[in-house]
Amino acid sequence: MSSPRPAALLAAGALVLGGASACASKDSAGSASGPVSVSASESACKVSRTELPAGKHTFDVKNQGSKVTEFYVYAEGDRIVGEIENVGPGLSRKFIVELPAGKYEGACKPGMVGKGIRTGLTVTGDAAPHESTDQKLSDATASYKKVVEAHSQSLIEKTTQFTDAVKAKDIEKAKALFPVARYDWEFIEPVAGSFGKLDPSIDAPDADLEPGQQWTGFHKLEKDLWIAKDLSRSGPTADKLLVDVQKIVDESKAVTLNPLQLANGAKELLDEVATGKVTGEEDTFSHTDLWDFHANVEGSKASIAALRPVLEERDPALVKELDAGFAAVDAELAKHAQGDGFVTYDKLSKADVKALSTVINAVGEPVSKVAAVVAKDKK
Amino acid sequence: MTGTLNRRRLLQVGGAGFAVAAVGAGGAAVAHSVADEQGTDSALHGPVPFHGEHQAGITTPAQDRLHFAAFDVTTSSRDDLIALLKEWTAAAAQMTQGKEAGQTGATGGSTEAPPDDTGEALELPPSQLTITIGFGPSLFTTADGKDRFGIAAKRPAALADLPHFPADDLDPARSGGDIGIQACANDPQVAVHAIRNLARIAFGRAEIRWSQLGFGRTSSTSVAQSTPRNLLGFKDGTRNLKLEDTALLDSQLWAHSADGAGWMAGGSYLVARRIRMSIEIWDRTSLGEQETIFGRAKKTGAPLTGEKERDEPDFSIAGADGQPLIAEDSHVRLAHPDHNAGAHLLRRGYNFVDGSDGLGRLDAGLFFLAYQRDPRSQFVPVQRNLAKHDRLNEYIKHVSSALFACPPGVQPGQYWGHTLFG
Repeated sequence: MSSPRPAALLAAGALVLGGASACASKDSAGSASGPVSVSASESACKVSRTELPAGKHTFDVKNQGSKVTEFYVYAEGDRIVGEIENVGPGLSRKFIVELPAGKYEGACKPGMVGKGIRTGLTVTGDAAPHESTDQKLSDATASYKKVVEAHSQSLIEKTTQFTDAVKAKDIEKAKALFPVARYDWEFIEPVAGSFGKLDPSIDAPDADLEPGQQWTGFHKLEKDLWIAKDLSRSGPTADKLLVDVQKIVDESKAVTLNPLQLANGAKELLDEVATGKVTGEEDTFSHTDLWDFHANVEGSKASIAALRPVLEERDPALVKELDAGFAAVDAELAKHAQGDGFVTYDKLSKADVKALSTVINAVGEPVSKVAAVVAKDKK
Repeated sequence: MTGTLNRRRLLQVGGAGFAVAAVGAGGAAVAHSVADEQGTDSALHGPVPFHGEHQAGITTPAQDRLHFAAFDVTTSSRDDLIALLKEWTAAAAQMTQGKEAGQTGATGGSTEAPPDDTGEALELPPSQLTITIGFGPSLFTTADGKDRFGIAAKRPAALADLPHFPADDLDPARSGGDIGIQACANDPQVAVHAIRNLARIAFGRAEIRWSQLGFGRTSSTSVAQSTPRNLLGFKDGTRNLKLEDTALLDSQLWAHSADGAGWMAGGSYLVARRIRMSIEIWDRTSLGEQETIFGRAKKTGAPLTGEKERDEPDFSIAGADGQPLIAEDSHVRLAHPDHNAGAHLLRRGYNFVDGSDGLGRLDAGLFFLAYQRDPRSQFVPVQRNLAKHDRLNEYIKHVSSALFACPPGVQPGQYWGHTLFG
């Protein structure tokens, strides 16, 4: 699954247009029925048909590039409706997805990072029954479960790479991997944070400890890397981190959040940004706060995306407000993108921080209203 | 606004004799006794009418507490701004009458939703809360002259940027602002509640740029009020414009359509200055020196040439040394209308103590608020005079500055700024 690393994500934004138009324009080559074939490479994502009748469709994804790839079908607001991961070079894999009428996007993700190379898909007709609100709510739960699974998988992979680098005493590599490993952690934090004592043992900052308490987790290693610049005694901390993260990952996969929890999770993630990240308190040694900031925002968006069909039905004006609010956050974050990630937080001016705070506060209000809309009794 | 909740129904039922209601936003005759002022009368707890010819909170007898907030408008959409002003007006109309903000108030909504009202004013009486709005120069045009909301042409000439005054030490982060909102009440929690709820409504459209808490009104805006003391221990603003000075209010306080900006008729211009006082130094100054600096007796507030507070100062009387009793560089002389081409101000300032400054001193002073018809011929010449000559300058420093055009009052169904945007 993807570890949507921020830089790749932001860079991909620019690629989307080119990629999408290149492959969206010609779909006549494919047959009118049967599987939709997808030909994925490093730079292209050719989808055989982009006009589809409503109903069940099989996507046949062939990886013709040299990197492992994956293919997603997104509904509006990047809600995942279907996906296939880990398609190795030269391999083909199939998946089936039920598509009601609407606008979708297919995305190939070479290297399993970023927003992917997107192609618009239009589904028409009414073969699929109109979903009831109950159905939409349970779909939201299922859809978000996929998100958690994907990010849990990525979290353990990236954390393993990070702790390997720490144990190999490769300071530069570990430093580079630190914000990357934290990305998935911060993305699914409301889920991960629900497991009581594991959260502090993975993520506690120095200042949060009680006397006598053993400091473990990401931030201990962060201090070893940036302040002590010495990994000679970091091995046990790295081992413990990996064990704790594995536990979280195992438990997270089993968790099913109900729609209300999703809505509150979206809000909690923004609260995290507004209280911890905007102040630059999260990563006091590495100043990689913008990675966490970005991950929280993306996690919040993912929860909202899962709920989108319900919100569209009940409060379309709120959806517009949310879209505009998140777009403003994206635009502000994009100003600080650098290389594969972001500039460090100590490079931001007061005005930069204020601008970030402004957009987070602005989107925080509409996000705080989502739970009540979701909870509202059916009319 | 049906369906809104009263913060304190009891008061509505049992509150006898809201003498202050007669004061109104229009500055009608006062039926407000000195006894009211002692805090025993329920008038101090009651509501001040929100609607009227003029905004409340200008000639309204000064309440004891202040929360002032300057906002930066973050949206670039004129429609969003107008929508915000409408929502603010509705919320202000409710809160000033002791009601909760929003449709469902603090506890009447869904348990899954954040409450409409933040709730800390529940059970508190209206406390004479007034909420007064003003528009800053930067709302009309950006620093480089761009018309932000299609109102640049309506910027009043009187809303000219204030000039730099000698010894100004202004912090830009605490100065200016697109919109200023003054919330005054006799309970600090009621004033803070008002600003907090307005700020919340504004998210995504406007955000607080700076804000200031104040206590202990430093001016009286009615003859029924005694003149309070500032943190220097003096009665200041004895000569303040008062709501009973009908003719002076008309010529010195309220903007007229003939002044050039028709939409401001019935409004007023507000100058806000945060004035830091070196109170520790002042406290080491002899009583005689303090009185000479002010030109008034500390105990009575009387001018040094008179006996009672409201005696007219006589600037011509000389003492034994042949020098004027009221010194040439005394505060009362320099600020007096006679020495400022007849310029009056309606001052409505508050004391502040914002903690301490890390150097063993209180961060204290006066948050100066003054309403007037045209700052160019009122505040500006007076302040120029003071900044150049006032002996008080050794003890005070102006650290922030803002200017707002406060539009006329609204009637039910109208919104703040409707004359500007309508």
